[in-house]
Amino acid sequence: MKSENIIIAGFGGQGILFAGKLLAYAAMVAGKEISWLPSYGPEMRGGTANCHVVISEEPVGSPIIVNPDVLISMNRPSLDKFENSVIEGGTIVVDKSLIDRKVTRTDVRVKYVEATKIAMELGNAALANMVMVGAFLKETGAFILDEIKDAIVKNIPKTKQALAEIDIKAMVAGYNA
Amino acid sequence: MSEKVLMKGNEAIAEAAILAGCRYFFGYPITPQTEIAAYMAKKMPKIGGTFLQAESEVSAINMVYGAAGAGARVMTSSSSPGMSLKGEGISYIAGADLPCVIVNIVRGGPGLGGIQPAQSDYFQATKGGGHGDYHLLVLAPNSVQEMVSLTIDAFDLADKYRIPVMLLGDGTLGQMMEPVEFSNDNISHVYEKPWATVGTQKKRKHNIINTLYMSPEELEYTIIERQKKYNSIVQNEIRCETSYLEDAEYVLSAYGTSSRIVETAVHQLRKEGYKAGIIRPITLWPFPSHIYKKAAEHAKAFLSVEMSMGQMVEDIMLAVNGKAPVHFFGRTGGVIPTPAEIVSKVKDIAGGNASE
Repeated sequence: MKSENIIIAGFGGQGILFAGKLLAYAAMVAGKEISWLPSYGPEMRGGTANCHVVISEEPVGSPIIVNPDVLISMNRPSLDKFENSVIEGGTIVVDKSLIDRKVTRTDVRVKYVEATKIAMELGNAALANMVMVGAFLKETGAFILDEIKDAIVKNIPKTKQALAEIDIKAMVAGYNA
Repeated sequence: MSEKVLMKGNEAIAEAAILAGCRYFFGYPITPQTEIAAYMAKKMPKIGGTFLQAESEVSAINMVYGAAGAGARVMTSSSSPGMSLKGEGISYIAGADLPCVIVNIVRGGPGLGGIQPAQSDYFQATKGGGHGDYHLLVLAPNSVQEMVSLTIDAFDLADKYRIPVMLLGDGTLGQMMEPVEFSNDNISHVYEKPWATVGTQKKRKHNIINTLYMSPEELEYTIIERQKKYNSIVQNEIRCETSYLEDAEYVLSAYGTSSRIVETAVHQLRKEGYKAGIIRPITLWPFPSHIYKKAAEHAKAFLSVEMSMGQMVEDIMLAVNGKAPVHFFGRTGGVIPTPAEIVSKVKDIAGGNASE
C-alpha cells in the first residue's frame, strides 16, 4: 500500500464517509499513519458530502487535503469542485453513470466506471461506493483486494455480516470493471 | 499495548472520560460536539452512570455544579454558543473551588456563527468567559490520541487542584478519525474529597459550598487564597511541545488543529532552507511564556497561526516582551488556513515584506 492523499466526494447517502473509513481502517491495520476527516454540516441524503483520507509513512500533519493524489468522484458537483485541485499525475475515478461530462484535465489519469449502473445490476444503487472503491484499487494499486475485504468485514456490525458479502461482491465487480 | 481503534475525536473524549471514572454527564446537543453526548447516552446507562440531556446549557452546567459539589467525577460538553450560556455556571464552579471537566469543541462565532471549526474562543477560555477573578486550566489537544490522554489528565488535574478544567478542541478535531489506543498507562488517580457535600452522618460539621461573601475582606481573602492555587498551577502544570526550535530563526506557534497545519508548513519551509521551528502550547492556561521568552533570545521573528482574528498572539507578545517582532496569520469563521498560505507568510516575513 502506498502513501496517498485521497478525497472521496459525492452526494450524502452514497456512502462516501463509509468508503473513506474502509480505506483509513485498512491503512491503519497495515501500520500506516492515517487521518479521516469528514465534511460535516446540515447534510442529508441528496446533499453533498466528502471526506479526506491521508495515508502516510510519517505522522500526519494537516488532516485537511488541499491537493489530493486521488479524487474519487461520485457526482457532477464534486467533480466540478475538486477536479482542478488534483495534483499533476494524480488519479481521478469517475462514476460514469451519474456524471455527464468527461474530465477536462489531460495531466491526470482518469478511470471511468459505471458504478451506479453496476450497483443497480447487483440489486442496490447504494453499493456504488463499493464499486468505486474496487475501481480505485485496480487503478492505483493503493491496497491489495484482501486488505479492503478485511476492512469491510471488520467495519460492519456482526449482526449485519450478510451485508459484508454483498459489499465485497460489489467491490470486486468494480475492480474487474 | 492494546489494539488500535479508529475513532472520532468526540467519541474518544467520551470513552476517555468514562475510563477516567466519569459517571455523570450533563449536556445539550450542538454541532460539532454532539457525538460526545451521543456516546455518553449509549454508554452511561450500561455502566451505572448518568447521562442527562438537560433543557438548556444553563441547566446542564448547574447540574455539573451540583454533582461536582457532591464529589462526583462529572463532565459537560458544548460548542461555542453553548459555552457562552454556560459562562455563569462556570464562574460559580470556579468560585466554589469545585472540580469538573468542560469540553468546548469550538465553531465559528460570534453569535450563532457557523458550525465549521474555529479557534475564536481562546480569549473566552483563557481570560474568563464568566465574571470575576478566576482561571480555568485549559488543555488543547491536537490529535485524537491526545484527546484521550488529556481528557484523562483533565479529571486528575481538576481533582488535584479543585478547579474546573477545560478541554479546548475544534470541529476538525471533534469530527476527524485517527487511530487511538486506550492503554493501561492512562490510569487515573483517585482523590479524597473531604469537602464534598455527601451528608455528615452526624460525625462532622456541615460542608458548605457557597460563592456569596457579603464582606469585601472575606471575599478578597478567598480570592487571594485561590490565587495561591493558580500560582502553583503555573509553577507545575505548564505543558508545551516544541520542534526544530534549536536553530529556529522563524518561530511559528499554534495549538490544536492549526498546529497540525503549521507542522506541514514547517516541513515545507525546512525543505526550502528556511530555519523554521514550532512552539505548540498544550496548556493554554497556564501559558508556556518561558518557552517563548527563551526562543526570543535567538529568533528573528515569531508567527502566531490561529483560526481566529488573533487571540493567542497577544499572549505571545506578552511573553516575547518586545525582544522580537510577533506576526499573525489567521483565517476565521470556519475557514481553515492552508500550509501554502503559512509558508507564503513566513517568506514575506523573511523578505521583510510583512508588517507586524
